Amino acid sequence: MTAARIADLHVWRGEAHILHGVGFEVAANAVTALLGRNGVGKTTTLLAMMGLLPAKGSIQIDGEETVGTPTHELARRGIGYVPEDREVFAGLTVAENFRLAERPGVEPRYDLVYELFPDLATRPDQPAGTLSGGQQQMLALGRALLNPSRLLLIDEPTKGLAPIVVEHVMEALVRASSDTTVLLVEQNLWVAAELATHAVVLDQGTVVYTGEMAALATDGALAGRYLGVEVR
Amino acid sequence: MSSFVLYTITGLGLAGLYFLLASGLSLIFGLMSVLNLAHGAFFAAGGFAAWWVMDALTVLPPGLRFVVAVVLAGLVGMVAGALVERGLIRHLYGRHVEQILLTIGLGMAAVALMGGWFSYDPRLLSQPAWFTDTTVIAGANVPNSRLLILGVAAVLLVGLMLFLARTRHGLIIRAGVENPNMVRALGIDVDRSFTIVFALGGLLAGVGGALAGVYFNGISPNLGTTQLIFAFIVVVIGGLGSVPGTALAAVLVALTQVYVNNYLSTGVGSISVVGLLALVLLIRPQGLLGKAAP
Repeated sequence: MTAARIADLHVWRGEAHILHGVGFEVAANAVTALLGRNGVGKTTTLLAMMGLLPAKGSIQIDGEETVGTPTHELARRGIGYVPEDREVFAGLTVAENFRLAERPGVEPRYDLVYELFPDLATRPDQPAGTLSGGQQQMLALGRALLNPSRLLLIDEPTKGLAPIVVEHVMEALVRASSDTTVLLVEQNLWVAAELATHAVVLDQGTVVYTGEMAALATDGALAGRYLGVEVR
Repeated sequence: MSSFVLYTITGLGLAGLYFLLASGLSLIFGLMSVLNLAHGAFFAAGGFAAWWVMDALTVLPPGLRFVVAVVLAGLVGMVAGALVERGLIRHLYGRHVEQILLTIGLGMAAVALMGGWFSYDPRLLSQPAWFTDTTVIAGANVPNSRLLILGVAAVLLVGLMLFLARTRHGLIIRAGVENPNMVRALGIDVDRSFTIVFALGGLLAGVGGALAGVYFNGISPNLGTTQLIFAFIVVVIGGLGSVPGTALAAVLVALTQVYVNNYLSTGVGSISVVGLLALVLLIRPQGLLGKAAP
């Protein structure tokens, strides 16, 4: 089963041609890791899928073509987004950040969110800008999990976090992916290997590998070539 | 002492006018990154709407007539704001040069239109007699109109803050000022809020125009253009997108202007405001209550 199918995707940011005909599939009800070195176009791919950058080519989600669909419409159709650097609303309180994510006609899943992140339940009136990096990440994840989604786009959720917080975020991601499809951008190969079953590797704006995450994670030569990491 | 009290209350009245003009500008720029150089036209249009009511609806007693005048001024500003956003600005989001050209042109055309219609000579706004009476405050004879302007501006400040703090639209606007794309990614059509903010900005400016007619004792087509310069200074000093910052900066700018004009030399007040702007930009470039650019 395929949740999303991307074909011949071209994206420009200003004058720069970032994605040169990217194509891959995202398996339904599984975690697919989108990997690659810095600057190869991973975040750009997610932004294009979220409708936040103009794109040429095809992005099909559950068989529906979404290129050109406004971002808010995509979100309402069940595409959740956890951006790089969290992008919580710093001037809004924790409770207001959540309230903003509530949607008319959809029962917000506060039980799930506060079960995953009990820490956030204790500080509803704290401005999000004064939370720690880990707490902000939990808020960003919680905000995306508040509504049920069919595809979650998660960009570097463990970036800059202390190891103990990384563990916590990973537990939440396992739980989040239990009933939906996740496309995960992750710099940390170990984290990606723990969470993902499938892998897509980008290099210089094109796809250079698609396959099993396990195969990539254990093949030192492959990982070294595309990701610039050593696997022992 | 009594002259100090009079200058202070006069300054606070002027601050109220600046706030009404600048708060809309600040929200519009904060949310949509649109520099609305036509905002002064909403101000003048509100002033003329108020003038028309005071001049034509003589069947109403003066006090009630003034209430109607202020309400109509606000409505005219609100409708003008919504129409400008829906009809023109909407097609130019993200195209800053075109926006500036459009709003400059629109502002000039609106001034010319009002000039052709009402002439460029100031129209005297007839006022209820109570406005020109004075109230003694700490030994100073303060014209009631100053207190009225201050009161209306304060009520609208509180109303605006409550709207932003307590309503869903307010929540979306506050979040959108920080990061409109992330608001979209949560499934919210931010563009609808754009119209609301333009309408809100127009409403505040329209009411400001009516009150400016009282403060300056007349309405002319260039009323908004002149005040717009000070309003922009207020926006920058207060911090883009911050309503409390705008209120604070409006008080600072207006008091500086009035004190300097009265204690140093008439005319130096406006220059001193530019000095204040330079000082704030040197010490706190993001404005008093603004957030630094990431």
